Amino acid sequence: MSVLTRTPGEPGVAPAQRRRPSRVGYLLLLPGIAWLLLFFAVPTVQLVATSLYDPNGSLDTGYAMTWSFPNYLDALATYREQFLRGLVYAGSATVLALLLGYPLAYAIAFKAGRFKNLMLVLVIAPFFTSFLVRTLAWKSILADNGFVVQSLQAVGLLADDGRLLATSFAVVAGLTYNFLPFMVLPLYASLEKIDLRLIEAGSDLYAGSLTSWARITLPLSMPGVVAGTLLTFIPAAGDYINTQLLGSPSQFTIGNVINNTFLVQLDFPMAAACSVILMAAIVVLVLLYVRRANTEDLV
Amino acid sequence: MAATPGDVPRQPGHSGAAGSGADLVMTGLTKRFGSFTAVDALGLTVTSGEFFALLGPSGCGKTTTLRMVAGLEEPTAGSINLGGQDITRLRPYRRPVNTVFQSYALFPHLDIYENVAFGLRRRRSRDIERQVEEILALVELSGFERRRPGQLSGGQQQRVALARAMVNRPQVLLLDEPLGALDLKLRRQMQIELKRIQTDVGITFVHVTHDQEEAMTMADTIAVMNGGLVEQLGRPEDLYDNPATTFVANFLGQSNLVPGRIVDTVGDYHVADVAGEKVGVLRGRARVHAGDVLVGVRPEKVYLSTAEDEDTSGANRLSGGRVSDVSYTGTSTQYLVRLASGQELTVFEQNTGARAPMSVGQRVGLHWAREHTFALDAAQDIHAGDETYSETSAVGAAP
Amino acid sequence: MGLGPGTVLTRGGRWIGEHLVLFLGLVTMLYLLLPIGFVLLMSFNDQLGRQAYEFQGFTLDNWLSPCGPAGLCASVVKSVQIGLLATLGATVLGTLMAFALVRHRFRGRSTTNVLIFLPMATPEVVMGSSLLALFTAGGLAGQLGFWSILVAHIMFCLSFVVVTVKARLQGMESSLEQAAMDLYANEWQAFWRVTFPLVFPGILAAALLSFSLSFDDFIITNFNHGNTITFPMYVWGSAQRGIPPQVNVIGTLMFAVALVLVLGGGMFRRRRGH
Repeated sequence: MSVLTRTPGEPGVAPAQRRRPSRVGYLLLLPGIAWLLLFFAVPTVQLVATSLYDPNGSLDTGYAMTWSFPNYLDALATYREQFLRGLVYAGSATVLALLLGYPLAYAIAFKAGRFKNLMLVLVIAPFFTSFLVRTLAWKSILADNGFVVQSLQAVGLLADDGRLLATSFAVVAGLTYNFLPFMVLPLYASLEKIDLRLIEAGSDLYAGSLTSWARITLPLSMPGVVAGTLLTFIPAAGDYINTQLLGSPSQFTIGNVINNTFLVQLDFPMAAACSVILMAAIVVLVLLYVRRANTEDLV
Repeated sequence: MAATPGDVPRQPGHSGAAGSGADLVMTGLTKRFGSFTAVDALGLTVTSGEFFALLGPSGCGKTTTLRMVAGLEEPTAGSINLGGQDITRLRPYRRPVNTVFQSYALFPHLDIYENVAFGLRRRRSRDIERQVEEILALVELSGFERRRPGQLSGGQQQRVALARAMVNRPQVLLLDEPLGALDLKLRRQMQIELKRIQTDVGITFVHVTHDQEEAMTMADTIAVMNGGLVEQLGRPEDLYDNPATTFVANFLGQSNLVPGRIVDTVGDYHVADVAGEKVGVLRGRARVHAGDVLVGVRPEKVYLSTAEDEDTSGANRLSGGRVSDVSYTGTSTQYLVRLASGQELTVFEQNTGARAPMSVGQRVGLHWAREHTFALDAAQDIHAGDETYSETSAVGAAP
Repeated sequence: MGLGPGTVLTRGGRWIGEHLVLFLGLVTMLYLLLPIGFVLLMSFNDQLGRQAYEFQGFTLDNWLSPCGPAGLCASVVKSVQIGLLATLGATVLGTLMAFALVRHRFRGRSTTNVLIFLPMATPEVVMGSSLLALFTAGGLAGQLGFWSILVAHIMFCLSFVVVTVKARLQGMESSLEQAAMDLYANEWQAFWRVTFPLVFPGILAAALLSFSLSFDDFIITNFNHGNTITFPMYVWGSAQRGIPPQVNVIGTLMFAVALVLVLGGGMFRRRRGH
């Protein structure tokens, strides 16, 4: 017969404590963190430092650190147009990607049935074809004597001497296209998790399909919307491939500026200043956006 | 074997019955999480071969205790001894103890056969196939070897979890609320199954549950836990008939607890004054022997009497009550009777048909056999363990 | 119930409504695949002149001699080499980090999370140029090449690996490892027999993601490449001179390989009874 052996007031005897090795956690983390610190954090700090170098130096004569904050004002003054253009292009592409990507993600999550996996594969696979090759393909598709332009001219939607290439339209179309998978996949992941019974409950409570979508599905898919828009907007803000291949210098954005200034003009302080301003703009916009959309876990 | 009131120290390692195998002995077992004490210097012995239940509400420390026995949680202080061997500091894979988890924790990437064989393979057991087949037959899942856990129903998964643990012939089998996820009918079925298997195979079962009916149905011995302490340990009948604390009295079934005061002792009985009337309680069923007490009696032991002249001599009596609620439940009728003090008592009367049911507002007296009374220390919360009681909804609560 | 005009309209409306989303989705899907189709088509183009706008004639020559243009295949080989090594590095480092984040306690958790998240939130222009700035400041500007590209690639793939593996790991019941130890597996065995098989699909997905990110990277590579030419760099260079049709062959091949890998992986998993 089992018994209770405790006598009230009897103190227990503590065994030797085996320390929980949380050192293992640090060890696992160390190589990766070291790599990120060395090749991401330090360069970013170096970039900020470079942006404050004396703009009168050069690669040959060396740069002196003079804390010249006016570099930022200089950059903004000289390239304000390109900054704004970059943000506008990125914003437009993000909105378009959302408008196109949401129905696609929704269709895959709820309407695809047996073809769900196939459709997902077809969304992901173009991503494996080199993004340059795809953009160049668009360049050919939208070429002046190509099929698309000819048809649009024939129908009258485009003037007879009108072009699609070297216009903002082409650049935004290219940006939208290239980042569409980055929008669709997080949206899909978020939509897929929604319990269908919630939507059923909505109809039980007299919501029509549009109301159901607006009041149930959309809010529940917000994490996906946030993730998708961030993954689209941020790279698009710094892109210069689409402008270079599909646009002309009058479409150039801050990405082109940074690239040029670094690699061609070799004006490192100016280029770095532009980069820092771009980073700052993105961080501010993202913080505002995330706070408004009210989600926490980004990683 | 007579019921012993809880706190009698015994020689650890020796079981009272002629039990073979190993007794599980916990001494001063404590677990603290920061400033919160989950298990408070627990000392108890589980006799080998018993079906032992750890019963209590959520947060009482029963699962933490189980996990310390399994080795999945390290004690802050104290020791655990199995068959004379100190296992306190041993890693889980070195203990001859196996666990059936609440979520079953079946390995989704392995089929049923490999799930069950997992422990045998780690110990390089011989003759794995025969042992797996035998245990699957015992839990009535022969033929399911190649299926995956995801393809099985909840009840089937539960049986696989049981088989996986038992095939290793542990000295103690720990079950962490294994029936919680099953529907009522299946749960009742599995309760009988588990009891049958335990009796057949003879392994010590330590079963953690918050369901007092489940514990009383299945266990040989129950330990009622509350706030990290064992309030009482004993056979189900003993715990029910003679609870040691208000918590046990209210948590197991229902109790009527009426404040009173011991004024005299006559022979084997204490005499308590309850609102002017005298009731008797056997000295062996009183936890305190003087001063303020809570006089207790189970609702099914109480009878209602209508006429003042009905002969109830020799019984304990409370008069001046008025029926405040009548609930008909088929086999019995449940009455709530409000006493002059304002307190409401519960009475269950079998519907034998011998008498017409009482009606609301009727004046009644209550009487019951003296030997069914128990008396508890009044210096404790009268509503402890009563899960139907909430501060805000108290109707006719005791003063 | 009568079939008045009102009912027909609502019926028709509902049909469109129900299928509208599907319709829009398919249109978008076609939009996604259009350039791929174009690339496929143009790979068979009997191309005259430098730019391929029109289909001038069907030929298999491009497919038969994919390495015709000088430097094309060499660049593909370079990209594959860098891709494999970067995948190896990023997957190993990233998986270790994911385990640390999910299974262990340590201080500075939120700082670590921010540090992992930032590379995903930084435009490639900024990351590439800042790395170049670092190399320059370190006096290594003249020695950039294979290794500098590799370093950069591992850096930006790390975050994606961590996020992917972490998601998979968090989806795993932690009681499974406890159950394994309860069943006589020590920590090492519990890891190999229970944790690893269950996390592996996540690690594999992370590896594939790393490889494709690395193979396809242009901007960061462009900043740090020295004289080494990867496939995207070759394409960029030839965009000025005139793109040889074999580029489209390579592009199509990559699409086909990706398709086969992903579909094949899916079939493999189904056969194993998941």
